[in-house]
Amino acid sequence: MRIKAQVAMVMHLDKCIGCHTCSVTCKNTWTNRPGMEYVWYNNVETRPGPGYPKEWENTDRYKGGWTLRNGKLHLRAGGPVSKLANIFYNPNMATIDDFYEPWTYDFEHLHKAPKKENLPVARPKSMITGKFIDKPEWGSNWDDDLAGGSEIVPMDPNVQKLQEHIAMEYEKTFMMYLPRICEHCLNPSCVASCPSGALYKRDEDGIVLVDQEACRGWRFCMNGCPYHKVYYNWNTHKAEKCNFCYPRTEAGLPTVCSETCVGRIRYIGVVLYDADRVKEAASVEDPKDLYEAQLSVFLDPNDPEVIEKAREAGINESWIKSAQDSPIYKMAMKWKIALPLHPEYRTLPMVWYVPPLSPIMNHITNEQDLSMDGYIPAVDDMRIPMEYLASLLSADDTSVIRRVLLKMAAMRVHMRAKTVGGMDEMKTSKLLQEAGTTMEELEDMARLLGVAKYNERFVIPTGRREMDDNLHYRQGACSIEGLAPAEGMVTYPYERSDLG
Amino acid sequence: MGFFWWGVFPYIVGTILVVASVYRFVIRGTSWHAPSTEIFEKKWLRIGSLLFHWGILFAFIGHVMGVLIPIEFYESIGVTDHLYHIGAIAGGGIAGLMVVIGLIILLIRKFSNPRVKVHASFADYFTVIWLIVVAGLGTYMTLVYNTTVVAYEYRVTIGPWFRSLFTLQPEYELMTAVPLLFQLHVLSSFILFAAIPFTQLIHMFSFPGRYPARAPQQYRARDGYKNSRP
Ligand code: HEM
Ligand code: SF4
Ligand code: SF4
Repeated sequence: MRIKAQVAMVMHLDKCIGCHTCSVTCKNTWTNRPGMEYVWYNNVETRPGPGYPKEWENTDRYKGGWTLRNGKLHLRAGGPVSKLANIFYNPNMATIDDFYEPWTYDFEHLHKAPKKENLPVARPKSMITGKFIDKPEWGSNWDDDLAGGSEIVPMDPNVQKLQEHIAMEYEKTFMMYLPRICEHCLNPSCVASCPSGALYKRDEDGIVLVDQEACRGWRFCMNGCPYHKVYYNWNTHKAEKCNFCYPRTEAGLPTVCSETCVGRIRYIGVVLYDADRVKEAASVEDPKDLYEAQLSVFLDPNDPEVIEKAREAGINESWIKSAQDSPIYKMAMKWKIALPLHPEYRTLPMVWYVPPLSPIMNHITNEQDLSMDGYIPAVDDMRIPMEYLASLLSADDTSVIRRVLLKMAAMRVHMRAKTVGGMDEMKTSKLLQEAGTTMEELEDMARLLGVAKYNERFVIPTGRREMDDNLHYRQGACSIEGLAPAEGMVTYPYERSDLG
Repeated sequence: MGFFWWGVFPYIVGTILVVASVYRFVIRGTSWHAPSTEIFEKKWLRIGSLLFHWGILFAFIGHVMGVLIPIEFYESIGVTDHLYHIGAIAGGGIAGLMVVIGLIILLIRKFSNPRVKVHASFADYFTVIWLIVVAGLGTYMTLVYNTTVVAYEYRVTIGPWFRSLFTLQPEYELMTAVPLLFQLHVLSSFILFAAIPFTQLIHMFSFPGRYPARAPQQYRARDGYKNSRP
C-alpha cells in the first residue's frame, strides 16, 4: 500500500446557473496574458453541444487518454517511440480554430474618433494578428444556452452516440451546464505524453503541473489530455494548464473558481488513495466497470489501519483530519452521488459531478394523488435523457445514473415530507428502498448539498509552507516571472521581446 | 587569409556556440523550446516540417559518412570511390532536395499566413533563409557540380581538415585548394552554427531521447522539488 493524498473537487450540476463567473475570475487570475488569450482553464459548456475546444470528446480525432490493448494500458495517440517519430509534426493536435480566434475591441477609437454624424463603434480586433475581424464566427461560448440550435448541437459526440433522435423543438429539448477544469487525474495521460518529463503530479497533494523550465514545447500533452485541458502558449512556446490555484490551496483557501462560484456548486476536499492500485484500476476490461474500479482505490480515512499507514507515509495530522471531514469523500465515495467525467478515458479524473435532475417530460395529471413511489418512474421520464448523462458520467451505464437520480429525487421528497407531512409514508416507501438509502443519509445529503457553509464546502489543509526558505521573497512573487510580460495594457499584435 | 578562415574562424564559432548556449540555458532557461507554430496552421506545416526535418536528419547522417568517417575506412571495407560517389550523390541529392523544398514551403508559409507572420521574429526569418543558403549550396554541389564538373573528392580535403579541428592542430592548408563553392558551403554553415544560440535552433539540442526509458507517470515531492528537473 502506497498512500497518497489528493485534493479533489465536486461540482453539483443541479445548482450551476451557467453564469460563467468561475471562468471569468479564473481568466483574470491566470490567463489574461499574451499567448493565453484563447485559454480558459475553467470553462462552462452548455450541453448538448460541441464544447470547448470543439468536439473535445472526439477521441478518434484528438486521440486523448488511454486505451486497453491486450489488457495493457497504452496512450491512444501512441507510446514514446511513436511520439518521437511524430515529433516534427503532431498529427492530432488542435489548432486555434478548434478553440477560437480571441478578440478584443478597438476601444481606443471610441475616444479618439473625430466628431461625426454617427456614433463611433469599437470594432472587434484579433488578439492574434491585431487585424480587425469583420465577423467573429466562433467563441468559447458561442453556443451558450443552445444558441447554436439544431445546427450546432449534433456536433456533440455524445449526441451522435444516442440511439434516439433528440428533439430540438423548444418544448421538448433539454439543456444542462457543464463547468470544466483540469481533472488532476490519478493516472494523467498528459504526464505520460510529455517527452521532456515536464509535466508531473505533486506527491503531496496530487496537483498536476507543468515545469516551465523543463517544457520544450513538443505539444503532445495538448491532445494527450482527453479533456483537452493543457494549452499551448504561443508566446512562450510552452504548455500551461490549470494549477488548481495551488498558491491558494496551500494557504487553505479554495480555488478562485470555487471561491467565486455564484451557485455555490463547488466543493473541495482531500481524499486518500492507494497509488499502487491506480494502474490496476485503470486497466479493467469493461469500461462500465471503471467507475467501481476507480472508487476502489480510495481508502477510508476513519479506518485506524489507514490512519496508521498514512502517518507512516508522512501525511500529517491536519491532512488526515481534513480527509475525515472531506465533503468529497462523502459525496463521491460514501453516498456515491458524484460521478467522474468520462471514466472511459481511464485517467481516473478527480473532479466529480453530481448529475442534474431535470423537469419531467409528461404532465403528471393528478399531482395531489401522487404517492411517494410515484417518483420512481419520474426519474425515467426526465428531460435530460439518461443515456446522455451516462455517456458523460458513467461510460454509458444508465443504471449508475438512475441510482443517483433516484437518490436525489428521494432527498427532495423527504425534505418536502418533513415540512408538509408524510414522514410515515416515506419511512416505508419503495422510493427509499430503490434509491438504496436511509432517511439519515438523505438529511446529511440535504445539509451538504443545500445549506453547507463555506467551511463545510471547502475543507482544505494548508501546504505547510512556513518552513520554506525565502518566504519573504516568495510573497507576491510571480511563478512565471521572466515568461510573462510586465503587467499593464498589452497592445495587439503583441510583439515578443525575449530571445528567439 | 586561409589561416584565418580555416584555422581561427572555426574556433571563434565553436566558442560562441558553447558559451552562448550555456549562457542561454542557465540564465534564460525559459526561452529554450521548439519554435512551434502548429497551433496557427497545420496543413502546410505538415508537408514543410516533415520534409525539412527528415531531410536534415538524412543529410546529417550523410555528413557523418562523408566528413567524419575517413576515406581509409571505405577502402578497407571495399567500397570503391565510384560506388561511394553514386551513393552520396543519390542519397545526398534526395536529402538535400527534401531540405530545400521543405524550407521553401516553411518560408512561404511564414510570410503568407497572417497568424504565423505576425509572430515571426527577425531571428525566425534569418534561420529559415540562412538554412536555405547553406542547404541550397550543399544540394547544388551534390546534384549539379558533382555531376557536371567533377565528382569532387572532399574525403581527402574537407574531411581530414574538419577532423583536425578537434585535435586543435587545424590543417588549414588542406582547405585552400578546395573549390570556391565548397568553401562557401562550409563557411556559411559555420555562420549558422554561431547563430544557433541566438535563434530557436537551440531546440535541436533538446531531442528527448530518454523518453522511452522513463516511467510514464512522474511524481515530484517537495523535498526533491528544487533539484529533480529532468
Ligand atoms: C533534434 C531533433 C529535432 C527536433 C525534435 C525538432 C523539432 C522541431 C519542432 C517540433 C519544430 C516545430 C514545428 C512546428 O510545430 O511549428 C521545429 C521547427 C524547426 N526546426 Fe527543428 N527539430 C530538430 C532538429 C532541427 C535541426 C537540426 C534544425 C536545423 C539545422 C532544425 C530547424 C528547425 C527550424 C528552422 C524550425 C522552424 C520551422 C518554421 O519556421 O516554421 N530542427 N523543429
Ligand atoms: S485532466 Fe488534467 S491531469 Fe487529467 S490528463 Fe488532462 S491535464 Fe492531465
Ligand atoms: S460560477 Fe458556479 S454557477 Fe456560475 S457557471 Fe461557474 S460553476 Fe456554474
